[in-house]
Amino acid sequence: MLSLDFSAILQGRYLDWLIAGAAKTLMLFAASWLIGFLLSLLIAAARSSGLRALQAASAAFVGYHRNVPGLVQLFIWYFGVPQLLPEAWQQWINATGSEFIFATLALSLNAAAYMSEDLRSGIRSLPPSQLEAARALGLSYASAMRKVILPQALKVAVPPLINQSLGLFKSTSLAMAIGVAEMTYASHQVENESFRTFEAFAIASLFYWTFSFLIMGLGHVWTRRLSARGAR
Amino acid sequence: MADILQILHDYGLLLLVGQYPQGPLGGLALTLCLAVAGLCLSFPLAVLVGMARTSSNKAIYLPVSTLVHAIRGLPVLMIIFWAYFVVPIVTGTSVSAVTTVVCALVVYELAFMGEVVRAGIQAIPKGQIEAARSLGLNGFGVMRRIVLPQALYQMLPSILNQFINLIKNTSLGYIISVNELTYSAYQINAQLLTKPFQVYAILAVTYFLICWSLGLCMSRLEKRIHARRNQRGLAASPAL
Repeated sequence: MLSLDFSAILQGRYLDWLIAGAAKTLMLFAASWLIGFLLSLLIAAARSSGLRALQAASAAFVGYHRNVPGLVQLFIWYFGVPQLLPEAWQQWINATGSEFIFATLALSLNAAAYMSEDLRSGIRSLPPSQLEAARALGLSYASAMRKVILPQALKVAVPPLINQSLGLFKSTSLAMAIGVAEMTYASHQVENESFRTFEAFAIASLFYWTFSFLIMGLGHVWTRRLSARGAR
Repeated sequence: MADILQILHDYGLLLLVGQYPQGPLGGLALTLCLAVAGLCLSFPLAVLVGMARTSSNKAIYLPVSTLVHAIRGLPVLMIIFWAYFVVPIVTGTSVSAVTTVVCALVVYELAFMGEVVRAGIQAIPKGQIEAARSLGLNGFGVMRRIVLPQALYQMLPSILNQFINLIKNTSLGYIISVNELTYSAYQINAQLLTKPFQVYAILAVTYFLICWSLGLCMSRLEKRIHARRNQRGLAASPAL
């Protein structure tokens, strides 16, 4: 029978690793979410613009990120891209511990692709006359997007965006593959050293559940508020 | 570009089938096998989960819903680690990494495909169920003869979508050294050392082509099913 002893790993360096891992995961999530969200606004606007070249470029961006596994995207950034950079940059990257930067980059681009799709369906749910009216009032395409279309599209897109945020939160665990010491990495490390497999994974799982349920709960609250408003 | 062709020439076979037939199957072939096995094993379970999630019996609905949410709240990697630890305890013998990954993917997919089935079941109009009940079918008969056949047909595109997700998730087998496509590319990169970009570009393009073409099939299928349902809807209301 298993004998559980959580206190064995909730002390000393094991505890330090787990706390550092939790902090890394949250930092990775926050940074990638912010960059990803801002980028997704640009991509969604580009995709809904009439310009062929912009549309094609953003469609290619979204297509790449949706059809290639996240792990492979990470590898491309971490192992592949530095090779294309000038020698001096490579040295600087190696000197500054680039794992976190590349993980953030890869995760935020991935999130941007998925979020822009949600925004796009939000934009498509609005009647096209909205854009026409805004343009007729003298707004440029960019400011019509910024002031009229995107604020409304955002409201519609909140539930799927929350879902995407959950996906992003979970995919931060991929960063362990390139050596970012986030929560999954930390739990694996603790497991390796202490042989307390169940305890190490249970603590990491509790951590992921806490934040995943927070994000899911946010989604529930939003949907309920929206439907309550609709019923009035 | 010349580098890429050279790599494909030297290692193309390794990427396709691994060391097979001299050694275990690997590469793209294993990736597809893992995904197909994951789909085939998780589908019947997902139908049960979907039925449980639409059940009005709290004793069935609550535990299954809790399980689904618990799975959805964890990263796939965490589930793979759990499987690595739990599956040998359950089966009593040590299992291969391939089995571990399949188990983990099935558990993960269960939660997502279960939701697909649930949505499919809920999309069937209530009137049909009431009509079937009033014709004397019991709850199980209604499910088996009326609801599921229609729901599964409508769900086909979503199932294909889950298959694409499965293919992408098999890449995580790399973490526990399953010899699939990503791991093969990693091995090739370790041998060449100087051409990581080319190797991983080949890897990305391979995944892209497979998932993208499956995605195309999916949207075609979606349109076809949509058109067919609309047609039937029109035929069913001749008075209009």
